[in-house]
Amino acid sequence: VLVSIISSPPQNYPLYIRSVPTENELKFHYTVHTSLDVVDEKISAMGKALVDQRELYLGLLYPTEDYKVYGYVTNSKVKFVMVVDSSNTALRDNEIRSMFRKLHNSYTDIMCNPFYNPGDRIHSRAFDNMVNSMMMQVC
Amino acid sequence: MEGLTLSEAEQRYYCDLFSYCDTESTKKVASNGRVLELFRAAQLPNDVVMQIMELCGATRLGYFGRSQFYIALKLVAVAQSGLPLRVESLNTVKDLPLPRFVVSKNEQESRHTALYSSDADNPASYSGVIPPPPGRIQVKKGSVSHDAVQQRTSTDQQESTSPVVSPQQSPPTSPHTWRKHSRHPSGGNNERPLAGPGPFWAPFSEAQPGSSTSSDPIWSGHSPPPHQENWVSFADTPPTSALLAMHPASVQDQTTVRTVASATTTNEIRRQSSSYDDPWKITDEQRQYYVNQFKTIQPDLNGFIPGSAAKEFFTKSKLPILELSHIWELSDFDKDGALTLDEFCAAFHLVVARKNGYDLPEKLPESLMPKLIDLEDSTVIPVISEVGEQTGEVGYSSSPAEAPPSKSPSMPSLNQTWPELNQSSEWETFSERSSSSQTLTQFDSNIAPADPDTAIVHPVPIRMTPSKIHMQEMELKRTGSDHANPTSPLLVKPPDLPEENKMSSSVKFTAGNTVTDGYSSSDSYASDPEQIGSTVTRQRSHSGTSPDNTAPPPPPPRPHPSHSRSSSLDMNRSFSVTPGQQQAGVVAYPPAVPPRPQPSQGAGPHVHRPVDAEGLIAHTSTSPQQIPEQPNFADFSQFEAFAVSGVNKEEEDEIETHSEVLQVEKPSDSASSLRVAKADGRVEDKAPANVPTSAGKGTTPLAPPPKPIRRRLKSEDELRPEAEEHTQKTGVIAAVLASQPSIPRSVGKDKKAIQASIRRNKETNTVLARLNSELQQQLKDVLEERISLEVQLEQLRPFSHL
Repeated sequence: VLVSIISSPPQNYPLYIRSVPTENELKFHYTVHTSLDVVDEKISAMGKALVDQRELYLGLLYPTEDYKVYGYVTNSKVKFVMVVDSSNTALRDNEIRSMFRKLHNSYTDIMCNPFYNPGDRIHSRAFDNMVNSMMMQVC
Repeated sequence: MEGLTLSEAEQRYYCDLFSYCDTESTKKVASNGRVLELFRAAQLPNDVVMQIMELCGATRLGYFGRSQFYIALKLVAVAQSGLPLRVESLNTVKDLPLPRFVVSKNEQESRHTALYSSDADNPASYSGVIPPPPGRIQVKKGSVSHDAVQQRTSTDQQESTSPVVSPQQSPPTSPHTWRKHSRHPSGGNNERPLAGPGPFWAPFSEAQPGSSTSSDPIWSGHSPPPHQENWVSFADTPPTSALLAMHPASVQDQTTVRTVASATTTNEIRRQSSSYDDPWKITDEQRQYYVNQFKTIQPDLNGFIPGSAAKEFFTKSKLPILELSHIWELSDFDKDGALTLDEFCAAFHLVVARKNGYDLPEKLPESLMPKLIDLEDSTVIPVISEVGEQTGEVGYSSSPAEAPPSKSPSMPSLNQTWPELNQSSEWETFSERSSSSQTLTQFDSNIAPADPDTAIVHPVPIRMTPSKIHMQEMELKRTGSDHANPTSPLLVKPPDLPEENKMSSSVKFTAGNTVTDGYSSSDSYASDPEQIGSTVTRQRSHSGTSPDNTAPPPPPPRPHPSHSRSSSLDMNRSFSVTPGQQQAGVVAYPPAVPPRPQPSQGAGPHVHRPVDAEGLIAHTSTSPQQIPEQPNFADFSQFEAFAVSGVNKEEEDEIETHSEVLQVEKPSDSASSLRVAKADGRVEDKAPANVPTSAGKGTTPLAPPPKPIRRRLKSEDELRPEAEEHTQKTGVIAAVLASQPSIPRSVGKDKKAIQASIRRNKETNTVLARLNSELQQQLKDVLEERISLEVQLEQLRPFSHL
């Protein structure tokens, strides 16, 4: 399971990447990178759609043989991408949504921190803890 | 081992040392670790140390019991004084100075001596960092020196009351403290008490910057948060320069001064922190200082410090941004980007701690929780409500109680120390102050907020049967009156109304019911849509027009009750279809059905001519016009040919008023039927009254709702007063009508009654059929809408084919 937060365009660099099984992390990085295209595609597809919470959740971006990629975009075009194992069939859509919601909450908390400059990599310990606990729940 | 006699001072000293070395509280000290360090600090040659150990019997035992330890210490003293180590020297040597241990012990000893000898010529100078003593509970057993110190400390303290903040001195101090604390284990000493380090601290604190680092390991066990002596130094706190003055002095002071000062502080610390449990507690001076600093930024103690200002302020502490960020995360309890007084104090305290080398906790310590800054209260009370009650016994200012109520509900669930504080329920109530991300999730559930305002909106005009329109009108009136009342049941209903309207079920009078309730008093029609039938029944019974007055057949659920003016036409139509008294009865019910206007009137007289019901029936089917016309009516008023005519007129009037909107297909018929119906029973009496009233109704531009008329028809009692009301309302026409003679009508009552009822039923049937068709149409429309919406949804849905 991997969670990553990608900054807003045009930079689109990762603000935060954390995966639980720490091996093969590079592969996950690559996956996240490729998923950005799909995210952009989805964003542009619903151009005029009203932006509410449901719209923020992009859902399953695409599945591969090993894992599934879910996306979520905030109003400021900061993207959250989550990669989970396909073997994890117990994960329902609602759970993914709630995970994204928690991520979003934590992200806004980080934003509230005046010492955090938007665009910096996220080093918050509290955020790390939250993400770790969330990923532990999933695995 | 020979008995060991120790002086009182020695006793205490040794006891303290033993406690220090007895890290595991097992009353015996292993011959390693601190003991070794201690002995090493005694600056004795190793062989001497070995000898001492042998002598005291530790080597035999393998550990230092208390007695062995004391003996060892005494021997150290002996050795240090240059006397040969002899067992017998333990008791023989008199006036042996206390063993001196380098660094700490030395100064401790010197402090002791200083206490005894020198007077406290100490400026109230706080030493530098005074690390808390190693988990020492027996601190109180401190030697007499403590007492003596205390006397001085009181005076000292008066001089140095406020926490020492030495911005300028921070650089020298920090490295000083840093070095000391660098070896300190992090985190885990939070439980160590702040208090009572005792004399041991003083020496440690005095450890000169250049002092041997050996002392550090000795005290490595302590790393509780700093005491009030550890003041964070911010570069821009000139007001504290006075305090700063103390700082450099303390740094360079001689041991005596420092010892006293440190003892002062330690005593102070000990005094203040009554419980040893929470090293993160904020002392009085600290708190006062924090409050003062808060005031410099935000004069209002109940206000907030915005994030940017706080960032500036804390950046001056020269801590790395990462740590400041972490401190912020810890202290901004409600995650709103601003600091209240409590949060600010917590943050400040954490900064102070960090500056003095203590690692930041992962979670906010309990004592720093915004609402629990209370020395006595070491237990966290997970109450998110307003904190007003948490006033520290230590006499904190009232600011701790401030706990922003609006912020409290937004306790972030991220704060792991407060899992139970997840107030989802509380947070549901919108907190205008808090901009926490909690709101983000909460909106999920409010996607379709039940906006009462929208609900109160004027019901969607639907092409409805008269009854529905009338219902809407009634509801409008009701909503208007109840708009201010959020709890009005009507408001609860309104959300249903638009949808219902959309559903266009005229039968869905749920909202209308509430509205009609308002009218229920006067209207017998105050029923649910489902009960329309019964209502109609009631009305019919009320109308009492039927001669039989037996329980009239429960009429089909009728929209009639809610006839609006617009519905009057329908009613007219329906009335015109069903001739005779049936219509009369029916017409009576439909509130909005005004008596059939002139066309009916025109036909009316023709119809009325034949007194019998058949004639009426025939005419009802023929009369087409619907619009009531006053002049016709007026013409009719002239008609005195038949008693029935009078009745007819009456009926016409009523029909007109009732069913203005209705198609005037059967105006005359309805009128006649009305009249016939009226002829039966009580209508007679009401005829004259009704006539004028109905006439008046006819003349009035449909302004008076059909209801009054309908009500009039309902029951004698109802109608009579209503008729009277109508009579009052009517004007000229009433006068005109009054000219009409009362008409006796008692012709063929039975037959007419039956026919009237038949007509009524037929009319009702047609009305209902029409209603049904309209509903079907509306249903089709709605289905179409739904289909179109679904199509749209499909189009808008992002690619989910995967």
